[in-house]
Amino acid sequence: MDATARPVSTPRLTRFLHLLRSAPLTAQFGMVVTLAYALVALFAPLIAPYGEVEVVSRVPFDGWSAEHLLGTDQLGRDFLSRLIYGARNSISIALITTILSLTLGCLLGMFAALVGGLVDQVLSRIVDALMSVPELIFILMILSILGGSILNLILIIAVLTSTRFYRISRAAALNVASLDFVEAARARGEGSLWIAVNEILPNILPLILSELGMRFCFIFLNIAALSFLGVGIQPPTAEWGSMVRDNAALINMGNVTPLIPAAAIALLAIAVNFVVDWMLNRASGLSEEA
Amino acid sequence: MSFSSRPILSMVLSRLGLGLLSLVIVSLVIFSAVALLPGSYASAILGQNATAEAVAAMEEQLGLNDPWFLRFLRWLGAAATGDMGMSFAGRPVMDVIGPRLVNTVVLAAITAAIAVPLSIALGIVCARYRGRFIDKFLSTTTLASISIPEFFVAYIVMMLLAVKLQLFPSMAGIRASMDWGDQLYRMVLPILTLLLVILAHMVRNTRAAILSVMASPYIEMARLKGEPESRVVMRQALPNAIGPIASVVALNLAYLISGVVVIEVVFVYPGIGQAMIDSVRNRDVPVIQACALIFAAAYIGFNLIADVISIVSNPRLLHPR
Amino acid sequence: MPDPVIRIDNLHIDARANDAWSAIVRGVSLAVHPGEVLGLVGESGAGKSTIGLAALGYLRPGARVSGGSVHLLGQDLLALPESERRRFRGTQVAYVAQSAQAAFNPVHRLMDQIVAVAVDRGGLTRAEAEERAVTLFTALRLPDPAQFGDRYPHQVSGGQLQRAMVAMALICNPALIVFDEPTTALDVTTQVEVLISIRKVIQDFGVAAIYITHDLAVVAQIAHRVAVLRHGAVVEEAPIARIMDAPQHPYTRSLWAVHELPVDAAGAHDRKGAPLLDIRDLAARYKQFQVLTDISLQVGRGETVALVGESGSGKSTLGRVIVGLKEPAAGTLTYDGQPLAPTVARRPLPTIRRIQIIYQSADTALNPRHSVRRILGRPLTLYHGLRGARREARVQELLRLVEMEPTHADRLPGQLSGGQKQRVAIARALAAEPELIICDEITSALDKVVQAEVLRMLLVLQARLGVSFLFITHDIEVVRAVADRVVVMQAGRIVEQGEKARVFAPPHEPYTETLLASVPEMAVGWLDRIIAGRAA
Repeated sequence: MDATARPVSTPRLTRFLHLLRSAPLTAQFGMVVTLAYALVALFAPLIAPYGEVEVVSRVPFDGWSAEHLLGTDQLGRDFLSRLIYGARNSISIALITTILSLTLGCLLGMFAALVGGLVDQVLSRIVDALMSVPELIFILMILSILGGSILNLILIIAVLTSTRFYRISRAAALNVASLDFVEAARARGEGSLWIAVNEILPNILPLILSELGMRFCFIFLNIAALSFLGVGIQPPTAEWGSMVRDNAALINMGNVTPLIPAAAIALLAIAVNFVVDWMLNRASGLSEEA
Repeated sequence: MSFSSRPILSMVLSRLGLGLLSLVIVSLVIFSAVALLPGSYASAILGQNATAEAVAAMEEQLGLNDPWFLRFLRWLGAAATGDMGMSFAGRPVMDVIGPRLVNTVVLAAITAAIAVPLSIALGIVCARYRGRFIDKFLSTTTLASISIPEFFVAYIVMMLLAVKLQLFPSMAGIRASMDWGDQLYRMVLPILTLLLVILAHMVRNTRAAILSVMASPYIEMARLKGEPESRVVMRQALPNAIGPIASVVALNLAYLISGVVVIEVVFVYPGIGQAMIDSVRNRDVPVIQACALIFAAAYIGFNLIADVISIVSNPRLLHPR
Repeated sequence: MPDPVIRIDNLHIDARANDAWSAIVRGVSLAVHPGEVLGLVGESGAGKSTIGLAALGYLRPGARVSGGSVHLLGQDLLALPESERRRFRGTQVAYVAQSAQAAFNPVHRLMDQIVAVAVDRGGLTRAEAEERAVTLFTALRLPDPAQFGDRYPHQVSGGQLQRAMVAMALICNPALIVFDEPTTALDVTTQVEVLISIRKVIQDFGVAAIYITHDLAVVAQIAHRVAVLRHGAVVEEAPIARIMDAPQHPYTRSLWAVHELPVDAAGAHDRKGAPLLDIRDLAARYKQFQVLTDISLQVGRGETVALVGESGSGKSTLGRVIVGLKEPAAGTLTYDGQPLAPTVARRPLPTIRRIQIIYQSADTALNPRHSVRRILGRPLTLYHGLRGARREARVQELLRLVEMEPTHADRLPGQLSGGQKQRVAIARALAAEPELIICDEITSALDKVVQAEVLRMLLVLQARLGVSFLFITHDIEVVRAVADRVVVMQAGRIVEQGEKARVFAPPHEPYTETLLASVPEMAVGWLDRIIAGRAA
């Protein structure tokens, strides 16, 4: 309990900028890289030298050259262009899936926390059952039977991932709901919906945002892995995971080109994880410095 | 010894019950997945010979006209005894995946045997030298490593050790006819890759578990009694951290299960992960089901072990008032 | 005069908050001689714990020494490397923490933890150390001393654990013990037992001690000399008798404040008409546990009823039942002649408005993401339909009512002090313009000085607005200051109730007797009298 009062708050924008500048090097690196990826994804058609599915060369697996900076892939398409369009496809699909699962999971989680009782028990048991399945295996099984369309992919991953958001938003909401100001709101005669939106949500937002970042990484990596295994995003759509698989033969010849999309996947995931790690450390009050 | 006098017993038993329930529910889902197949099960088996009469006869023979819960129980019962039915390719499923399962278990066991003690040791080092260079270095590199897709790690390992340095073969095609030494030699790269993948997760988690114990007030009290720092970590923190650490190790071993699939594909290692991918490509549903069931059972099993360890290591439950 | 056991000279310690260093200990000089007890008194945040830890040569992470020295038994502690300093801890100087629950490792038995230092560095064998431990258990009046050490920390009560920690501190016969608020977290009746034990062993073993507390009444029983700390500096230091009778510094004098509140001379209110709140035969359960039984009491208009009891008495639960947050298992609630629905959900908004509740900890009672303006504005909109300029005007009025500045309206709770936060919580309750306010231990988390100010303000508001208070507290001094009538509770039942003067005058119910007797008086020798009384 502090015996002295602190000064009046400075304008929001200044505080935000100061916050960014005070972040550790890793987090700053992460933010810059993430922004770069976002820009590439947004402006892909303007940046890529060739089309996504355009067969531009008769020579498949061509080496790096002036016309094709990263050579050509197994069908004679420009590797670099596919890489750039891959950014757009991979990131947008992962983003949509993440947001879908966030919405589903958080709404149900907060609802369960507030309502409690039987509804909470039933929902939590269902979530427990869904979470007790290894995700990759489950997705493989369902996709192999239903077929690997993009819609199926998004829906299945979204439902499975929403369990994480459910858990974390429910736990956070329960935590906050046990605090006096929520009880005070109830004593005031406020309704459950008002309490959820006005009292609980502002307090669990930071935690949810960090989980958002982490889940985006996982989903992103999962989609890449599935595409690598041949079950995810189907050709001819450019996707980094499948690009690695399609051109894997080059590795045995000592050519690193197929590793570039893999590296691109890794770099984005690392960047987002660095930012999320920083956010979590701030929220929990811990510091990486002693 | 009634349940009320030994709460720990009732907690463990209820957790076991929950695990069993999860397994039943999951197997139900796996079983029902077949219903999503376009076309019928029997015609898929018969393939080219799927005339109307043959299909009807096959359905009768396989008992496909019985109510679904009866079929489910029959399937579950058979699975428990090791009979997973016939694959669409015509061989008994267990013949196909039996030896594969053994291969995967060997791979996972060797990896775990190295990873577990190593990650605990590294986690302790990070906690002991918190904030110093070694801790920051390990924290940052593990954070980066968990962001790297498994196939990337696999290909880099392959590129470096198999292609450039030519130390190990890039394909781990082991066969029962080979002797142990030869098999082990071919397994080095997949083991190394799996190790790198899982070590990153494990070290992060053990470090976090020990650090959270180190933040407890009785740790400061130990320092105020003059205990040297290494004693504080080993005698005060570690006994409290065993529960969380073991639980975390079990969870990571569960994660191992999905990681193994990608690695087997990259190195063409004849394990159950590879089998699953092959059967997915061929739409060989019985094999897919069998593999999914085995993976799910192992996953649920490890999570169960993790939870039970958590319960049993709580001193309040071990020694009630 | 023999050399002091510990001499602190002009000590300066800074603490880091975000990126800036600020001074938390400013030029403190103290000395404690063998067999002497120095009391260190001050509000929280004054730096007492920091100084106490410095006596062991220990600094918490994020703190640094920027000047001065600490000489323990002639050695300059701060000049030694950490490995050297460690040799003193546990053997020559020991520490007793505020929370025993937190200080013991849950996986080791008590005996193992208590004898650890003696065996490792105190030169005793395990058998010798255990024998000494049992002697200490007996001296500390712990139950079953021979077997006590076999237990685990969670298997003994709070008061016993605290004494076990004292045993752990004494095991190597140190020259100095630092007691850091050892009884603050305990119930009043438990506190007395622990105080007696501490006092006894200090006398028996002739050990020097620094006793840190914020409670002057407690320090008056234990210490020979007292140093009063404020914002990291010593404002006054004197023998206990002089500090009690003739304090020099204005700050020291203000620490007596709560005893100087104007006790309502009129005493008895003319309770005209029917009571505002009428509770009959109320019972409440939590799962299988019976929390309240046969509760019957009334609160009249404009009066203050104090609900007194220790933890576990059910007083807080009663407050929550009244406000509708917990459904009673039996009994009736009547408000202003009308039956009161058992839960908030079933009460109409105008009824809800008339009964408000204020919580103990303003830290958790205010949403950390809402500004003061938003916190005060919500009940205004909800109950009175105020918006825009009219609401803003009312917010400013409320701030003035609780003696705060208009600029405070823009702040977040994290930017306010403890006392200010509680004022906002009070203003929030007042915004509804209620008739009855339930105050659930609202001053228990505040320092004595701030507590007195808040209570004074409440009395003024009551005189102005005619509002009734149901004051839930465990602090007898507060009851003496504010109550008209008193209700004493124990284990879910009402033990005694009536006008304040009558309840506080003998003859008492046995429990009321114990309760009143356990409250440390602001007079030297109170504890001695109790000890003498028991020996008789």
